[in-house]
Formats: sequence, C-alpha cells, structure tokens
Amino acid sequence: MKKLDYYRFRIIKDYVAHFLVYLSLVAALIPLFSILYEVVQRGISAINLNFFINPTPTVGEKGGGVANAIQGTLITMGFASLIGIPVGLMSGIFLSEYSEHKLSMVIRFFNDVLSGIPSIVIGVFAYALIVRSIGFSVIAAAFALAIIMVPIVTRTTEEALKLVPLSLREAAIALGVPRWKTVATIVLRSAKKAVVTGMLLSIARIAGESAPVLVTMGYWRWWFASLNRPAANLALNVFVFAMSPFESWIVLAWGSALVLILLVLGVNIAVRVLTKERY
Amino acid sequence: MAPKFEIEDLNAWFGSKHVLKNINMKIEENAVTAIIGPSGCGKTTLIRCLNRMHEITPGARISGKVLFNRVNIYGNGIDPVMIRRKIGMVFQKPNPFPMMSVYDNVAAGLKLNGIRDKKNLDEVVRRSLELANLWDEVKDDLNKSGASLSGGQQQRLCIARALAVEPEVLLMDEPCSALDPIATAKIEALIRKLAENYTVVIVTHNMQQAARVSDYTAFLYLGELIEYGPTKQIFENPKHELTERYLTGEFG
Amino acid sequence: MESSRKISLFNHKLNTKHFSHFKWQINGDNIFKLVGALFASSILLLLGLMIYELIKGSWLSIQTFGLDFILGTKWDPAISRVFGALPLILGTVVTSAIALLIAVPISLGIGLALSEYVPKKFGFAISFLVELLAAVPSVIYGLWGIFVLIPFLRDHVYSHLQTLFGFIPIFSGPIYGGGVLTGGIVLAIMIIPTVSAVMRDLFSVVPTSQREAMIALGATKWETAKTVISYARSGVIGAIILGLGRAIGETMAVTMVIGNKFQVWPSSLFDAWYTMSAIIANELLEATYDLYVSALMNVALVLLFVTLVINILSRLIVWRTLRLVRGMAKE
Repeated sequence: MKKLDYYRFRIIKDYVAHFLVYLSLVAALIPLFSILYEVVQRGISAINLNFFINPTPTVGEKGGGVANAIQGTLITMGFASLIGIPVGLMSGIFLSEYSEHKLSMVIRFFNDVLSGIPSIVIGVFAYALIVRSIGFSVIAAAFALAIIMVPIVTRTTEEALKLVPLSLREAAIALGVPRWKTVATIVLRSAKKAVVTGMLLSIARIAGESAPVLVTMGYWRWWFASLNRPAANLALNVFVFAMSPFESWIVLAWGSALVLILLVLGVNIAVRVLTKERY
Repeated sequence: MAPKFEIEDLNAWFGSKHVLKNINMKIEENAVTAIIGPSGCGKTTLIRCLNRMHEITPGARISGKVLFNRVNIYGNGIDPVMIRRKIGMVFQKPNPFPMMSVYDNVAAGLKLNGIRDKKNLDEVVRRSLELANLWDEVKDDLNKSGASLSGGQQQRLCIARALAVEPEVLLMDEPCSALDPIATAKIEALIRKLAENYTVVIVTHNMQQAARVSDYTAFLYLGELIEYGPTKQIFENPKHELTERYLTGEFG
Repeated sequence: MESSRKISLFNHKLNTKHFSHFKWQINGDNIFKLVGALFASSILLLLGLMIYELIKGSWLSIQTFGLDFILGTKWDPAISRVFGALPLILGTVVTSAIALLIAVPISLGIGLALSEYVPKKFGFAISFLVELLAAVPSVIYGLWGIFVLIPFLRDHVYSHLQTLFGFIPIFSGPIYGGGVLTGGIVLAIMIIPTVSAVMRDLFSVVPTSQREAMIALGATKWETAKTVISYARSGVIGAIILGLGRAIGETMAVTMVIGNKFQVWPSSLFDAWYTMSAIIANELLEATYDLYVSALMNVALVLLFVTLVINILSRLIVWRTLRLVRGMAKE
C-alpha cells in the first residue's frame, strides 16, 4: 500500500516537472512576443516618408525623422566593420588552420573572455584611448564597436572553416597548392556562407549597441560632418528619445526601435536560411 | 635506370605511436608498385610520406630519407609544395571540389598555381580528361558540378585533376575502395595505361587488385616492410612466412 | 645521419646539422602564418591595452581615495568632490542576484525542454526564438521596460505583492514602477538566452546511455532529467556564473528602468537604485574635471576586473565540463 502511494507521488512529481518545464518556455517567450508586438504596433505609426528623410527635430518640434541617425549609424558601422571584420576574419582563419598551436589555445580562450567584457567598459576604453586625444568622434565609436565585433567574427569564422572537410584541403594540398592559397580559395570558398553569416551577426549586434556609442560620441542631432566629430546614431536615439518628456520624440523612439528590430530580425532569419544547408 | 624513389631508414610517428619502422625500399620508374597489408599496417602512412602529406597531420613526425630523383625530399631547403606538384595523389574517397565545375576541377591545380591562359588551360583539361579515360563521358558537361558525376567518374575526375599539374608520380590511396566492380575495372585499366608514362604507387587492401595491376608488390605488417619484390614472385613464391599467411587469407 | 625531428607543414626548418645553417624560409605559407598570428595576437594586445588604459585613467582616483573608493558611500561630484562606489557595487550585485534568482530556474527549464522534452523539430524553432531574445538590442529592452513592463508591473503585480506581503519590509514603501525589482526582472529576461543556450549544449552532450540506464531502472522522465542535470552539474554552475557576468555589465536597459538614485541601500524592492554601468553611461559625458573622470574610469576598472574574473572562471568551468562530458561519452 505504502509502495503504491510512493509510486503515485513520483508520477505526480513527473507531471509537475513537465508543467514547469513548459511553463519556463512560455515565461521566456512572452517577453519576446510582447516586445515584437509593442515595437511593431507602436513603431509603425511613427513610420512615414518624413521619418526616413528628415533629421532629428529640435526640442519639442513636431515631426522630424531619423534620416541623420540612419546615415550616422551606417557610417559608424561601416567604419567599425572595416576594422573589425578583417581582424576577426584573419584571427578566425589562424585559429582554425593552426588550431593545435599553443598561441591558438590562448587566443581562443581570451577571445571568449573578450566577448564577455561589458560593452560599456569597451566604450570607456575607447574614451580613454581616443576621445581624450581627438575628442568625441565617429572614429572612437567605430573603434569601440570594432572591438565588440572581433570576438564574434573570430569565433564564427573559426567554426565555419573547421566544418570544411579535411578531404578538400588534402586534395588541394596534394596538387601542390601552398597552404595559404588552399585556405584563401578552396577552404574560404566552401565556407563562404557560414563566414558571411558571422559577419552579418556581428553587424547586427553593433547596430543595436548604444552604451559604447554614448560614451564615445555622445548624443548628436545633426548630419554627419567628419570622422573626427560625432554622428547621430539610431540606438542612441532610442535611449535619448525614450527618456525625453516629449510625446512626439517618444513616437520617434518607437519608430527607431522598429527599424532596429527589423534589422536584427532580418539578419537572424537570413542567417538561419543561409546556414540551413551545411556539410 | 635509376629508381624513382629510394626510401632509406624511414620511420614515422603519430604522437608517440610508431607507425613505420625502418623502411628501406626502391620504387622503379614507369611501373606500378602496390603496397598491401592488413589494416593499420602503415601502408597509407607510407605513401603519404612520399609526397610529404604525412606531416600535415598534427603530431606527425618522421625520420630517415626519401630520395626522389636522387634528391632527399626532406632535405634542407626543400619546399613541400614543389614536391607535391611533382608527385600527385588520389585519395580513398573521391574528393572533387563540390563548388567547382568539371572543367574547373581539372584546371584547379593550374589556376591555383597562377596559370590563367585560357587556351592553354583548355588544352590541358582536355588532355588530362582523355588521359583519365573520362573525356568522352563528360565533354558535353564540362560546366556541370564535379559533384554531379557518379562515384567512379568522380574518382577519374580526381585522377585527371592530379594529372593536370603534370606530375611524374601518381600516388593512389585505395582509389577503388569506395567504388563498385565496374568502376573499379575502369580505374584498373586506367592505372595500367598510366604506367606507360608515370610512376604509380598504389595502396590497396585488395590482393587481387594488386596482382592485376602492379609490377612490384610490397607487403607491410605492423609498420615493417616484410617483403618486397616483383608481383609475380610475391604472389607465386613468397619468401616470408607472414606474406604467405596473409596472401592465403589467414589474417587481414 | 638525420635525427628524428618534429615536422609541421609550415615550419620546414629541417636537417639543421649546424646551427649556422638554420634558416627560416621566406615563403607564402610562413608569411601567412605570421600574418595570421599577428592578427590573432591583436586580441591579446587589445585586452592588455584595455587593462593598461583603464588603470592609467583610474590612477588619479586610486591615489586620491585608495580603498575608500570601493568602501566609500558618498558620491559627491558637485561640492566635496568625494567618490565612493560601494552603493553602486551593491546595486549591481543585488540587481544581478535578483536576475539570477529569476533566470536560473527558467533557463534550467528551457535547457531541459530543448534537450529532453520538446521534440527535435519544434526544438529548432524554439531555440531560434530564444536566440532572437538575445539579439534584441539592450535599448529596446529599456524602451519596452519603460512603456510596457513598468506600467504592467506597477498596476497588476506590485500592488498585489504589497497587499499580500506588505508586512515584510522589502515589499513595503511607495511603488514607482521602476526600481530594483524591475531592474532585476529586465536583466533576467536579457540573460535567459545566454544561460539557457549553454545549459542546452551541456545537457545535449550527456550520453544517451545515461538516460537509457535511468529509464531501464523504471525512472520517470523527471528523474531521468535530474540525472542529466547532475551529470552536467559543474557546467551548470559555469553557465550561471556566465549569466552573472552578463548581468553585471548590462547597461542601457538597467539605466532606463532602475531609477538611477545613489543610495547605500534602497528602502524596498520597489525603491530606485543605481548600478556601476549606469553611472558611467549617465555621468561620463558630464564629468568636468580630471578627478571626476578618473573616478568614473575607476568604476569601469572595477567592472572590468569583476567581469574578467567571472568570465575566466565560468569559461574554464564550462570548457572543462564540455570536454569531460564529451570525453566520457566517447568511452
């Protein structure tokens, strides 16, 4: 009799566990759907032609848009990619091609560590290194964002290259092709999609970064002028507009958030589609 | 005539595992030499030592000499890349470059080595495919992906690819193990034809294949060269007891 | 006579009979290796430079306040120019702890769901959705926090909590909506994807034979799942520490919902507070004199130090567990 009760108790526990496991899934997904719903629903009302062609309005002014912020974000991201992607790509290639090398072990570890350093700290680093000598500038922000990109590109490149079958490398090497050429042509070409994926992910990541942008460029309302000066930024706009007391600016905040979310979603979905076919 | 390869006191390791022990043998020019032996006896390692492919495996090490045309390929200042251009290799599983067409696969070695002249490439591609007995089957599909061919065709494509860089030697690592009997017969006929102008070294786990295609046979057991001589003699009159036991199927 | 030697593809410095003949060949492969090593080393260089620059920037503050910077409770840039970061450190630690309290059980559930409960074909989609949660920019969490989460929590959750548990001090006091608990909740949502992804990876490398052994003993699904957790338990701890590292460094979303009030200890969970990262974001641009800037850099240095330690620790644990579990699975 007692044994049967214990059995029943175990079954009940199993049911409760089942319920809790699925509940945790729901608990994590509710915020996601809420964020997507609210951003789309509130952001869509901000979006019209003016939103894309006008610059930031002056304090309290109605209308206005985020054209200058889109311009500034693209320039800053482009400049950051120019530094971050080559460094990440070359590092990733090194880690995959010389994966047993002692240096690779060390770098792989610290690359992971670097990816865990808060973006605000990286921003302060860029502030100390660059802002203090040349002032708040696109260069400083791009430098900070590039540091955020490097670990992402490095890791995804390494993983992508490691998926290329050994037999392809051997085929090229046996033809008397130098190792570097084998990597530059055969290996990179086979892993092209996955490598591009990593780059896209890193670009999406820095598009949404605001903390390092804040401490390296500050808030800038005007059009881009030069690399030595600040530029407007979408993610930072969301912060400044959201904290402002003006209803019309808050609408712009939701509009900017929608643009960012679409970018992030778009890249993530593209990545899924791209990486579906693998070796 | 001088032998193509002279292997002197060759030892090879993977980490601490000693896989080849004091190998000494000479490989004749324009002949087919087969290397046979049970799995794990080091036969693949041996041919990978002949074009310095062994060393690309992390932890792999060798000692000894391999003279190719009387020059030690492990000698000072020898570039392994140049060695591999002279000594082509065909692998166990056909490995055409999947993202390249049939044409580009054959031309890959030349293109990657900087040869771009279209007329020259066309010529080489055609000649190599003809030499590999594949031209008639693919001449209308040169732009199709290399991966779209059948297994046997893929392997002949890989042979054509290796021939295109004009090597003197062709190393073949169990080239038929992934193929059906008909495709195997075609490759074997091809090997005989190639022996007219090339030195061929073939690793095989199939004794009948060694008997059919080779002029010389080497029997390897646990990393040691047990017996080496003309194929006819090895198969009909083995001198070593181990060889005889292997040939009669006692182990392997 | 040649002695045995090490050979690697890129380093054919062979047959070095005499040291005078030793030469490092200049060829494409060696240049390739060198260039790759230089680029890869830049990661180490950046980390080193970061530590150096932050120490240099903080030096004035370290000299002026010494240990009092970490133990001091006064932050007065306007008049006395005294900077003590203890309240910020406490604020960071407490909000992160709240975040972990919420996020760890949920992440454990998600990890189990994806490795044990949900069929593979749905698991793929759910993994994708959870990863999307990680991709949402921090400011958007902040924006959503201000305009969606705060009103909801204030009107539908906090008031009930107070009615039920108001006699406990931490649930008393005025409700603004933003504050410590809200900060913790937002952080929890943000770290769930990171922690649950690591847990999923850990659980899915646990060998099937372990599960089969439990099932064969007549265990229920939950009892089997518990074995899986205990098999990977050290890695689970690593995953939790990894989440802690994320939470401690998170900036914008917390800044937007925590209320940014400098005080040693809040009166309740509903009260406003401040964190290390938030004060940097809010004040670095307004810092008008050297000591002020240096104090903020000092905050960044503390943050860097803490996250470095946490990251190194958690990576080591997760790496070791993954390797250990995979190693055992092979046998």
